[in-house]
Amino acid sequence: MKRYQDTELFRKAAHNGGIREIAIRPINVMLNLFQHLIKSIGYETLKRVQGDKEVDFSNASNAFSPAGHKIAIFFFALCLFHLSPDSAIASAVASSPELIPPEAAMQWWIWPLILFVVTFLLGIVAVLGGVGGGVLFVPIISGFFPFHLDFVRGAGLLVALAGALAAGPGLLKKGMADLRLALPVALIASSCAIAGAMIGLALPANFVQTALGATILGIVAILLIAKKSEYPEVKQADALSTSLRLNGIYYEASTGQEVNWKIHRTPQGLATFIIVGVMAGMFGLGAGWANVPVLNLMMGAPLKVSVATSKFLLSITDTSAAWIYINNGAVLPMMVVPSIIGIMLGSIVGVRILAKTKPAAIRYMVIGLLLFAGMRALLKGLGI
Amino acid sequence: MGKKVKATEEQLAYAKILDMGMKIGLIALVITFIVYLTGIFVPHIPVNDLPKYWGMSAHGYLEAAGINSGWSWLGMLGKGDFLNFTGIAFLAGVTLLCYTRIIPIFFRKKDAVYGVIAIMEILVLALAASGILKAGGH
Repeated sequence: MKRYQDTELFRKAAHNGGIREIAIRPINVMLNLFQHLIKSIGYETLKRVQGDKEVDFSNASNAFSPAGHKIAIFFFALCLFHLSPDSAIASAVASSPELIPPEAAMQWWIWPLILFVVTFLLGIVAVLGGVGGGVLFVPIISGFFPFHLDFVRGAGLLVALAGALAAGPGLLKKGMADLRLALPVALIASSCAIAGAMIGLALPANFVQTALGATILGIVAILLIAKKSEYPEVKQADALSTSLRLNGIYYEASTGQEVNWKIHRTPQGLATFIIVGVMAGMFGLGAGWANVPVLNLMMGAPLKVSVATSKFLLSITDTSAAWIYINNGAVLPMMVVPSIIGIMLGSIVGVRILAKTKPAAIRYMVIGLLLFAGMRALLKGLGI
Repeated sequence: MGKKVKATEEQLAYAKILDMGMKIGLIALVITFIVYLTGIFVPHIPVNDLPKYWGMSAHGYLEAAGINSGWSWLGMLGKGDFLNFTGIAFLAGVTLLCYTRIIPIFFRKKDAVYGVIAIMEILVLALAASGILKAGGH
């Protein structure tokens, strides 16, 4: 609790009865905390961007810098909020429209506002943690908000799509994302994403929720275990990659050198993207968590090319799946627009503070958050 | 970027359309959302009633709200909430425009394989966008 003593909210809570006070007033607590976090993170971000010498950044090398500290507090509060019985009741009531009392309709704006703030923070955390916004969005929003999983997945795909559309032009112009590598992969992944989306919308929500939980836990395992290779050793390009001319050169700014690259295991990689596409469409996760390991570790593309091409690839894969959700009514503007704007603004802030934080520890925090969200999704799907 | 490393012509053309389309789509998204929030156009679903619907499945929502699937939103652009679909659909359609731009480049360079791949991708995206594929019902 010492860590939280500087937060006015928690001082009041301690004075009024401690953790119980937090549990019984979840919405007011969250709104106050969000306001505090946004103000402090915004102030600190501006300070760092402006390079204010008066601010002591001696602990900037510590992953739990003031901004990271407050992000941790927020997510702890989010978990605490979820554990409160009122949170469970709110979820049950929201999913059963006939139980919503008339006075609750007056507060329709609260959830979209909280969604905007949460996605803003997710945008920051996603950049700092080196994970995609989509992989954070769906499990967290489906686990803690009253929105049906169909709408969450639809919004998740559009959020991931918006991020990919924003990043794609720069990555293509710089030659970091490779169009020739992306196009055949995209054809397979986008076709399968359509199938995944249709399967996902056809299956009962609790089944998809359970599968989502299991998938998120699998992603956590991948994030923990999978190694990354900056420059994989590719002794010889295979016949398919040679015929398609899947090779290239990119400029490595850190060394000032041009890096020639080629790939191998192309048929296996393309086959793997069948599974990746189906999962992307079914769960609305975006597919960066899978694209990068397949491109980098399986096919041997350099890490930076893999990451950049993966980001660009999402703009194609998620487009096909997003259309299925749009045409089947699984898109609510009141969810989609705040989410897109929130996560894009958060990404901008995240990029600006990235240089001043220790991504490794933030990444572990993100993995912990995903672990919690995955467990939550699994238990929710199983009705526990 | 180093002197020798240049993005290909089709890559730059794709990036240019993508950049323009993304900006237009985002601006449209923000403007239409402001229109929605301010109630300039009356929404099909009153904002106060949204909590009743966002807990339903997509199929249940369509039935309860009396909305048809597919491109029926196009006929509802006079409603504040459905006006937002212009920005959403534009963002989802930008990739199609990009592919359309690069196909002639591939064939001009006599890169028929990639030209065919690009055409197939357009067909896939068009199928997804067509509204023919219906799902849901749980």
